[in-house]
Amino acid sequence: MGFTAVDYGTMVMLLILIAASLAMYFIKDLLHAVIVYGAYSLIMALVWLQMNTPDIAITEAAAGIAMTVLMMVVISRTSRKED
Amino acid sequence: MRDFILKRVAALLLPFIQMYGLYVILHGHVSPGGSFAGGIVVGLAFIAFTTIYGLERGRAKVPEKVTTLVESYGTLWYGIMGMVGIFKGAPFLANKIAGIDLGELGALSSGGLIGLIGLGVGIRVASTMITLFSTMMEEES
Amino acid sequence: MKLGTLAMLLIFLLAAYVVLVAVAELPPYGMVGNPSHNQVSQRYIENAWEETGVLNMITAIVLDYRAYDTMFETIVLFTAVLAVIITLKTTEREGGGK
Repeated sequence: MGFTAVDYGTMVMLLILIAASLAMYFIKDLLHAVIVYGAYSLIMALVWLQMNTPDIAITEAAAGIAMTVLMMVVISRTSRKED
Repeated sequence: MRDFILKRVAALLLPFIQMYGLYVILHGHVSPGGSFAGGIVVGLAFIAFTTIYGLERGRAKVPEKVTTLVESYGTLWYGIMGMVGIFKGAPFLANKIAGIDLGELGALSSGGLIGLIGLGVGIRVASTMITLFSTMMEEES
Repeated sequence: MKLGTLAMLLIFLLAAYVVLVAVAELPPYGMVGNPSHNQVSQRYIENAWEETGVLNMITAIVLDYRAYDTMFETIVLFTAVLAVIITLKTTEREGGGK
């Protein structure tokens, strides 16, 4: 196999990304889904940093936090349970 | 959310967060970062202030009139910076072709129009975040 | 509930297989023979400092070479904020301009 573009740590982070995005679909409580989305964007920022793009890592971290806050505001104004 | 510790910690931390956001905006052309990320950080500082101190005090800090003006004229600012090229006899949004002095490589004042455009975009992204958050918070549940 | 868990596990394994195979096939970072290292990126790397005077090459491309792209991106953000305000803002203004 030899030297590839990504190492094993990045592969583990990609697996966490898949698990988090599947969990966001299957979780019924919307607040828990938003918390999982926060973890997703943090891991995504680390993946961008591992792939030598610090610009997109900073943007992903900031935009992930912003989207989490906005979704929490929407949940606090509407229903928490998905129906 | 009227916690004493939360308020004091926010009062200590928020100036530095805003300073970091302005740093990322202003140094977008010499270091990693950029206007979008820095603008979101500046907007998130105001969002944290509004969350901790309440909507009335947050609105007193950044009134609705200010966000409306920044929102509109920040979008127009990009076009004004593009018109500089046309007035100098070059294409729209031209930078070096229009004969603008680019300065020394790596300095904060380098890049001609790029720093000014980045400043405008960063400020209006911050205003976008504040507008979205305040509009959603004012909606009664 | 049991069927949902089984389906989730199946989708996870399938997606993990596809992602890991695709990632293992990626070319090494920074090699000369990579498909991404063509004449376009070579021209930007050679000329970006002299043509824009900007140290960060990503900003040089986003705000100088592709300036039209960023301009319409800000207009898209403006339109999104406009839609949110029109949809959610129900209170009347003080001037009474209804």
